[in-house]
Amino acid sequence: MSIIPPADSPDTRLEAPSGDIDPRIDGNAGTESQWQLIRRRFSKHRLAMISLVILALFGFVALFAGFISPNDPGDVKARYTFAPPQGLHFIDRTEEGWSFRPYVYGYDVEIDPVALRRTFVIDEEKKIYLTFFKRSWEYKLFGLIPTDLHLIGPEKTRDPLYIFGADRLGRDMFSRVAYGTQISLSVGLVGVIMSLVLGVIIGGAAGYFGGWFDAATQRVIEFLRSLPTIPLWMGLAAAMPSGWSPLQTYFAITLILSFLGWTELARVVRGRFLALNGEDYVAAARYDGCSHGRVIVRHMVPAFTSHIITAASLAVPGMILAETALSFLGLGLQAPVISWGVLLQEAQNIRTLATAPWLLVPGAAIVIAVLAMNFVGDGLRDAADPYAN
Amino acid sequence: MLGYIARRLVTMVFTLLALSVVVFVVIQLPPGDFVTSYIASLSAAGESVDQETIIALRERYKLDSPVLVQYAAWLGDLLRGEFGYSFEMQRPVGEIFSQRIGISLAVELTAVVVMWAISIPIGIYSAVNQYSIGDYVATILGFLGLAIPNFLFALILMYVCYNWFGVTITGLFSAEYMNARWSLDRFLDFASHVWAPILVISTAGAAQLVRVLRANLLDELNKPYVLTARAKGLARRKVIWRYPVRVAMNPLVSTIGWVLPTVISSSFVTAIVLNLPTLSPILLRALLSQDMYLAGALILFMGLLTLVGTLISDLLLAWIDPRIRLGMVGAN
Repeated sequence: MSIIPPADSPDTRLEAPSGDIDPRIDGNAGTESQWQLIRRRFSKHRLAMISLVILALFGFVALFAGFISPNDPGDVKARYTFAPPQGLHFIDRTEEGWSFRPYVYGYDVEIDPVALRRTFVIDEEKKIYLTFFKRSWEYKLFGLIPTDLHLIGPEKTRDPLYIFGADRLGRDMFSRVAYGTQISLSVGLVGVIMSLVLGVIIGGAAGYFGGWFDAATQRVIEFLRSLPTIPLWMGLAAAMPSGWSPLQTYFAITLILSFLGWTELARVVRGRFLALNGEDYVAAARYDGCSHGRVIVRHMVPAFTSHIITAASLAVPGMILAETALSFLGLGLQAPVISWGVLLQEAQNIRTLATAPWLLVPGAAIVIAVLAMNFVGDGLRDAADPYAN
Repeated sequence: MLGYIARRLVTMVFTLLALSVVVFVVIQLPPGDFVTSYIASLSAAGESVDQETIIALRERYKLDSPVLVQYAAWLGDLLRGEFGYSFEMQRPVGEIFSQRIGISLAVELTAVVVMWAISIPIGIYSAVNQYSIGDYVATILGFLGLAIPNFLFALILMYVCYNWFGVTITGLFSAEYMNARWSLDRFLDFASHVWAPILVISTAGAAQLVRVLRANLLDELNKPYVLTARAKGLARRKVIWRYPVRVAMNPLVSTIGWVLPTVISSSFVTAIVLNLPTLSPILLRALLSQDMYLAGALILFMGLLTLVGTLISDLLLAWIDPRIRLGMVGAN
């Protein structure tokens, strides 16, 4: 594909100090690769850029969940059942003046003599100072490197630190949400990669070869899209043997999600193939005696990679929402595994919810992540075809 | 038109057959056949099962025959209206169905109607007043509606109602009307409960419908015929309602096809969170206890509902749009 020089190039050539450099000869002026154009267009979409930063943050939390979590997400502390969130304070005001020293207030526990219910009162007298790069409980970074370094932690390891509060068993919600990010985001990514493989192969074959195979896949796709997804997912998920290990369930769930999720991607890929099949340069490649594989990989795929990436990125939030719904209903990932849906299962009961509304924090994580992904997907869609006006 | 309806009906029958195969596979997936697991669960509860019942059950569902024969027997039963027996609930599946299906359909259909009633005016408003404050508010709410999973919205609604207004919004009837006969009082009680699930179910779909309608209408509004009509002195309101809105509605009718699967999926989750006496909690219980005959019949039924919905939407579209009726585009 030839790059058309900018319309104003004769003028700039006249005004340029060196005078006689033609932008068509100079390799850099006025010629940008397709990906540079896409990047430029994407960066104009302000909401998408902000969302990209948010997603990067989520990605960081997922990769370094152990480092970010001040407490072990599985650590049960009966003393702190349903402890409310402590506000983080950064500027410490003492008699000596102001200083940057993050702290939280400690708890006072009052036990109701009749109902034996514990009520937590934030005690403004007790300041729990926090230190950065604190060494406490051990975990494995990336599942490989054993370490006990954490971003933040109370100066005295025994002091409580519950930024998002504690759950029914006194486990730290903040750490649990961080660990849930790991599982929930990866389910979305792995599921989309699986459906991408299915969609590209099936949709590509249907679009390139056409004929009966195309007709058959079209029928299958129409059929799958006409089904109510959640009940069918549930049926497949319920058929999983209960004795499976968490890892097996994890892959089974992602497989189930992609089993119904590939149709949209296949549709996009097929449409692109059909559109490109009529292009002159594809016909030229074919008449030059290129094999099917070479025509597809060398000539056609580069023309629609950006469209596939867009479709895939728009499919990720759907996967995450589906996993969350399945796990929430108890048919997806199961309790020792931490995902956002599993965490929200704790919030099912209205009375628990009334005592501990902070159990809904994973829900906020879902909404923010899905919103950000939708915006990034929208931005990509607008940027995917940089040659369109 | 008749030929078109006939073609669509034949396709629907084939789709339904394909769905029944999928559902049968789902029923067969758990290891061991269900009579074995039924006996296992009974003996785990300390009850004994007499040999004759077991033999009768195995004979009834042709469990010792090849899979194809089992499938044929199951399908034959379904066609005769015998949906099998729920071991977990100790009742015929058909009985459970007839008890709850009315409420299920009522909730879902009302949700569809409300969804349309909300989304059409909002969609038209935000297209006509593009980039106005109202348009931005609608867009933001729409994005939120897409990003909040139904069950989370139901949970938040439950929390807000309970905490701020002291109202529990679970269920569809107050205790005294639970098993009462239909009367005006019972209906009013029903209406005072049903708004919550309807609100939850309709928002997600409404958010998408608004986006579709807004985009369609914006395309239409920029076409020369609108400009011509305005130039000839037709009032703005009259032009918009008489031409672009009607054209923009066409693609919206074709969305009924996917609106129904969405509504059924979301009503499924919502009904469980809000504890509604619909078919959904039964399906969840059946799935959790691997009561696969009941679950299979329910999934098949939900599939049938969506297929009927798609059929209706196709027929409506053909009725509205002669290009489709006459086989010019999209008829096959």
